[in-house]
Amino acid sequence: MTFLRKLLLSSAVLAMGACTNAAGLGGANTVDLTGAGATAVGSPSDPNSVAYFQQTIGDRVLFLVDQSTLTAQGKATLDGQATWLLANTDYSAIIEGHADEQGTREYNLGLGAKRANSAREYLVSRGVAGNRVKTVSYGKERPIEICSEESCYEKNRRAVTVLSGALAG
Amino acid sequence: MMRRLVSLVGCLIMLGGIAQAQSGPLRIEITDGVIEPLPFAVPDFVAGDAAAADPAKNLSRVIAADLTGTGLFREIPSSAHISKVSDFDAPIQYADWKAINAQALIVGAVAVSGSKLTVKFRVYDVFSGAELGTGLQFSGSTDGWRRMAHKVADAVYSRITGEGGYFDSRVVYVSESGPKNERRKRLAIMDYDGVNVQYLTDSASIVLAPRFSPNGDRVLYTSYESGFPRIYVLDVGKVQRRVLENQDGTMSFAPRFAPDAKTVVFSLSQGGNTDIYTMSIGNGKRQRLTSAPSIETAPSYSPDGKQIVFESDRSGTQQLYIMGANGGEAKRISFGQGRYGTPVWSPRGDLIAFTKQNKGRFHIGVMRVDGSEERLLTASFLDEGPTWSPNGRVIMFARETQGASGRSSLYSVDITGRNLRPVRTPDGGSDPAWSPLQK
Repeated sequence: MTFLRKLLLSSAVLAMGACTNAAGLGGANTVDLTGAGATAVGSPSDPNSVAYFQQTIGDRVLFLVDQSTLTAQGKATLDGQATWLLANTDYSAIIEGHADEQGTREYNLGLGAKRANSAREYLVSRGVAGNRVKTVSYGKERPIEICSEESCYEKNRRAVTVLSGALAG
Repeated sequence: MMRRLVSLVGCLIMLGGIAQAQSGPLRIEITDGVIEPLPFAVPDFVAGDAAAADPAKNLSRVIAADLTGTGLFREIPSSAHISKVSDFDAPIQYADWKAINAQALIVGAVAVSGSKLTVKFRVYDVFSGAELGTGLQFSGSTDGWRRMAHKVADAVYSRITGEGGYFDSRVVYVSESGPKNERRKRLAIMDYDGVNVQYLTDSASIVLAPRFSPNGDRVLYTSYESGFPRIYVLDVGKVQRRVLENQDGTMSFAPRFAPDAKTVVFSLSQGGNTDIYTMSIGNGKRQRLTSAPSIETAPSYSPDGKQIVFESDRSGTQQLYIMGANGGEAKRISFGQGRYGTPVWSPRGDLIAFTKQNKGRFHIGVMRVDGSEERLLTASFLDEGPTWSPNGRVIMFARETQGASGRSSLYSVDITGRNLRPVRTPDGGSDPAWSPLQK
């Protein structure tokens, strides 16, 4: 929650007028931002913006059923994230690991932790300082897609890199 | 709330009368596969005066609901009764109850004096023409009347089944509202039958898997209020909580008390690896019980505190294992098809309840401690998280329905797989944990 507040705060300070749907921020807690009004994340065409990180690079990587191994596509996304983080050293990140609903609650917490850690280790291997990247697992508690089919499940099995405020430090 | 409940404990008196041995035909063996529910009659309890009239009627109804809810008993409605019971001490007209095939007859009386309520009752074995056990009397505050009804029903259940009762108990669970992608969760506590719901947290943070202490005075649970899953302990009477595990860079979840109430076993994730630890509640001292790169979680103690059953995917899939209370080598006990998780040791020590996933379906099941005699009790899109009734005869769990409008609710089923029924709660529910029988 603190990190979200930081992000919200920093975004408000940074406000460039580009309004983005709060839900588009991608964090598991973005629900709490609903109605918070303008949240500027910069322009997706600005390579140093949060919007660029989220939309152009991609803030999330997806996993196969019951797996925490990164896919080739996931690694490519994380390469982009690492480059961005190395260029924007004021930001830190929390990687949120998630699972789909096909599993028991505790196991999915463990699985989400493995997924988040896989993404974190990859970023660190690409030179991002370990103390800038924390992890948290939400297990199956925060699906973004709600149907009970593979088309939804594949989007829920994710590790999302949520940036936290440059200015809030 | 706890305060008024405590006042009930007041006194329990054996009524005078002819004691009868528990013998004859009035007996249910719960472990029998299929049984015909035993017909019983519980005429409205005799009211001592006008003030006792409503409590007398209400008590009888709760007792009937408790017994009927087990699936082991069937009530003969008062409209079919031939005899009316207007005097607690009058001789029983056995022929009238035999004529309507009431095998058990429960007769009681209620007196109200100020805010004090006294209930006395006797159980009769109609076809033996004799009292079953001896009459009992409970007294307490008038607003604790439901607990007195549950105590009477527990006594009746025990006399007929030979098992301990479970009606005078509570359930702590996660109350759920909102759609799947915006689910709001808060801790709630209620009587076992879904009555007297009280909320223990707000829904500002995700809360998971509350678990009672051995005497029911405290609840362990996991909350995201710090932004990370951490274990908290909550005093049920005072509704006060404190964080137990708060180490930066780690996540902790799946806590349970040891039977000594001084130790907590839980899972801790660090660097993506989840293992099982214990912690002393008094001094916070931690001990690591497993060290494997796989996911070790959902630990549950044996009733004697000497062993821990848990789940691990060290073999490649989620399976159940038992290890000593201090760790060491673990023995795998689940070998059937599919994945096994959330093991919970029965309070009687004889069985392990679990969640099983196989071929896209979820089941609640039980197996013996050595893994033999696996029995699946339910099947659905998503059944999860069993908890045992205090007598080890009934299991409560959560069932989530499929699809975008999916909702989680509580159900109970007995260990033979009979009597699957919803437990009504104001909102959705998950992660139930059954308390011990109240004192």
